[in-house]
Amino acid sequence: MNTERLGRSLDRISRVRGVRGSMFVAADDGIMVAQLLMEGVNGRAVAAFAASLARKVSGAAAATGGGKVRFIQMAAEGGTLLVAQAPPELLVVAVADAGINVGLARLEMMRAAEAAAA
Amino acid sequence: MSTTVVETWTEEPLVRYVAQASARIVVVMTPAGQVLAQHGFTRAVDLMGASALGAAIMASSTALAQQVGETGFGALYHSGQKHGIHLAACQTPRGTLVVLTVFGKETSIGLVQLFHEEFVTALQRAAPVDQERKPILAADFESELNKSLTSLFRR
Repeated sequence: MNTERLGRSLDRISRVRGVRGSMFVAADDGIMVAQLLMEGVNGRAVAAFAASLARKVSGAAAATGGGKVRFIQMAAEGGTLLVAQAPPELLVVAVADAGINVGLARLEMMRAAEAAAA
Repeated sequence: MSTTVVETWTEEPLVRYVAQASARIVVVMTPAGQVLAQHGFTRAVDLMGASALGAAIMASSTALAQQVGETGFGALYHSGQKHGIHLAACQTPRGTLVVLTVFGKETSIGLVQLFHEEFVTALQRAAPVDQERKPILAADFESELNKSLTSLFRR
């Protein structure tokens, strides 16, 4: 994993229409590792809350026998938060408009996760 | 776990910070280790030890920073197996304060950092501007310490 490769992955995610920002986040710490954000997106807050959300969803999935969580989509009135696991230590996080093409964003995020893990 | 304060203006920001960051222990103190407020300690001796160590770490780190040409440092973070420790100074109208936060795996350093910033802002807003803190003289040290401990642990 290197920062150039992470940057390229984020660039691809950010090209999806409706994405306001994307980042790699340390899963345990909730801190940004690399980011590409539009102005006005509070990256630190998104990173911290996305990691917290991922931890809680993973805990719920484990408790209900759901196994490992690979992708989380949180749709809210003002936008969408997407989180993909990039084992063993990272998360790929995207903040997007409410009407985003989630399938396309997910595809790019899973690619980014694979690239980060490679 | 209870929150106890010596200076009442610290209580509301502290209670909110503890809840938001899911912190297990928080100590608000002066750079000399005098405790203004705390959450998570039930024994005075533990609190005294933690505040003294926190103040000492702060002082030695600041001295180290000054040796390399910095005026100070932003924050210190130690990651352990079960707990993380976050130690940072902040400026308020009541002078410099040091905040020691201990947190577990139920939260993260990212969340603690995020809510610590809000906590500092809340402390700055809540601090009385017309009462500058007086330095504690050696002659008054013991009585001041006993007064603080009585306030914190109701003894």
